[in-house]
Amino acid sequence: MEVTYIKAINAALHEEMRRDENVFVMGEDVAELGGAFKATEGLLEAFGEERVIDTPISEALIVGAGIGAAVLGMRPVVEMQFADFIACAFDQIVNNAATLRYRHGGKAACPLVIRAPSGAGVHGALFHSQNPEAWFTRVPGLKVVAPATAYDAKGILKSAIRDGNPVVYLEHKRLYRSVKEDLPEGDFTVPIGVAEIRKQGGDLSIITYGGTLGQSLDAARIVEKEDGLAVEVLDLRTLLPLDREAILLTARKTGKVLVVHEDRLTGGIGGEVSAIIMENAFEYLDGPVRRVAAADAPVAFSPPLEEFILPSTNKIVDAIRSLAAY
Amino acid sequence: MDETNVARGGVEPAPRVEYELQLYYWMKLIRAFEERVSRLHRQNKILGGVYSGAGQEAIVTGICAPLHDGDFVAPLHRDMGVFIMRGVDPGRLMAQLMGKETGLSRGKDSFLHGGDLEHAVFGSTSMLGSSIPVAVGAALKFKMKKDPNVAVAFFGEGASSRGDVHEGMNFAGVHKLPVVFVCENNRYAYSTPLEKQMAIENVADRAVAYGFKGHVCSGNDLLAVLELSERAIARTRAGEGPVLIECKTYRYRGHSEHDAALYRDAEELIEWQSRDPIPSFEFYLEKKGHDIKRIREQIDERAKQAVQAAVEFAEGSRLPEPQEALEDIYAPPGAPISPKAPNSSANGAR
Ligand SMILES: Cc1ncc(C[n+]2csc(CCOP(=O)(O)OP(=O)(O)O)c2C)c(N)n1
Repeated sequence: MEVTYIKAINAALHEEMRRDENVFVMGEDVAELGGAFKATEGLLEAFGEERVIDTPISEALIVGAGIGAAVLGMRPVVEMQFADFIACAFDQIVNNAATLRYRHGGKAACPLVIRAPSGAGVHGALFHSQNPEAWFTRVPGLKVVAPATAYDAKGILKSAIRDGNPVVYLEHKRLYRSVKEDLPEGDFTVPIGVAEIRKQGGDLSIITYGGTLGQSLDAARIVEKEDGLAVEVLDLRTLLPLDREAILLTARKTGKVLVVHEDRLTGGIGGEVSAIIMENAFEYLDGPVRRVAAADAPVAFSPPLEEFILPSTNKIVDAIRSLAAY
Repeated sequence: MDETNVARGGVEPAPRVEYELQLYYWMKLIRAFEERVSRLHRQNKILGGVYSGAGQEAIVTGICAPLHDGDFVAPLHRDMGVFIMRGVDPGRLMAQLMGKETGLSRGKDSFLHGGDLEHAVFGSTSMLGSSIPVAVGAALKFKMKKDPNVAVAFFGEGASSRGDVHEGMNFAGVHKLPVVFVCENNRYAYSTPLEKQMAIENVADRAVAYGFKGHVCSGNDLLAVLELSERAIARTRAGEGPVLIECKTYRYRGHSEHDAALYRDAEELIEWQSRDPIPSFEFYLEKKGHDIKRIREQIDERAKQAVQAAVEFAEGSRLPEPQEALEDIYAPPGAPISPKAPNSSANGAR
């Protein structure tokens, strides 16, 4: 049966809560409403209000209380209604959760998942469009994941719930209902920290994740048809820790790399991926590592502005052609 | 579109009768504006989220009417009326909603995040409660510079759970700052009812913990809001420190236009609609001897025309050029730090 990205998230929550009674869900409007996007639909009916908790509008509390329960062996999955509001819980995540094990001499763990609907392209404007990954990908002690397919959305969420560390799980809003696929029956997981080749090719590599995977694949197909270029597409899936081997493998294979993400250019993951390649695969390169990312501006509301700011299939196609011609 | 000017003072004090009719007009204009916005949203002419404040007009009207020019106001996502009351051109507000270049944020943001500091209206972010400390900072400036102004911050009972709200109120209490906190308690934060938001009945009860007074009133009763707000604003302006006013009310529509609000029962809505602020005020006017039928007709017509003019202005405005996305991120060198500040005026609306 075809399952949407959002249904895959919902199924992972149902299955993990059934599998492990220490898993519980907490956040604004997650119980009776089933979440603003319906990610937690049906959980209240299945597991009751002790394990599916509607909270006040208190992001610091949501994460902080999650930490408290997690250090005592629970496995909370907390929801930020929109990823943008994660800023309200920033201190709890970066200072409290991320350093917890380190400051307890390795004698404590924080198995906490923070789900955050991120991403643009739904006219959400400045405060309902952000891709906050770069705020977190330089924080040791955290894991940051960004699935792009329904299979990964489910498999990575299950891994995150079973992980012993705080995981920031970025789910892209635009993918909720636009991405779907047949999922296998029964339990499966997708490992955190492992990237995946989505399309093989020898001429040029695109390294991407989350909201821009689909656009990158579309762009790769267009240049394949129109220009005869074989583009390899690597989906990072996990942003912290990065799968350095997979990044270097594809860079060495094709010699030309385009990094694509919806997060802003400056200080984004693209810079880190590019530096990894420059430091370790310089002699394999036939051109500079290039990036397609959002402009260094807040994601504006008005359609012409939003379009100007965000990456798109066309912008990726142009970048591929220009890099291929280098 | 300058009939709103009276609210900002600087105009000859109008007699009470005229003032009350003006209040009535504002409530009707705000309702008409919001209803038109909901309709435009259904017609796909407005993208993004729209959060109707229908049912809550008496609060905005009652709180803003006694304010002076230069008083600082931080409204909420349902307080479209604040902009109108402060004298912002409804056309620009409508253009903001449509993402047009003539909107308050020049197309950068939707809805109410655009502020207008020339009218001393602070544009909020989506992070609920985050404008409370900002209003406190504005009040700090008033105190430092001995300005005869007050700051007003609106927030919902839901937002009152945020740490920012607590931090702001605590500091305001410590320094006795001229700030009026206005809680619009409409019983629901998205789907979350009051009982799951807090363990006490009144947000106003918390004021005690910050060292100032909290008051509760019916937010559907314009005269009740007005009486409290006139008193609170005057006392705060006179240096007596912050006040918290909690207005009990109800939102008619869902959390946003996308929300059918199935989590609340229909009877509750009907019950509250029977206490609608507009007919209640009409009843009051009628009792005072006004020919309410005639007045209603006239005022409805005026409001309709004002809204129509706003829609036409917005629809006739251009969308921003794509590259304008990179404008307004930083202030250019030498740009004035503060906006053209409105004059503080000693005159109230009356
Ligand atoms: C910090 C933060 N968390 C969550 C949200 C999402 N959100 C937007 S409005 C809302 C409910 C607000 O309730 P309340 O403050 O009572 O105001 P009301 O909408 O009822 O007028 C929520 C949860 C937000 N905007 N900001």
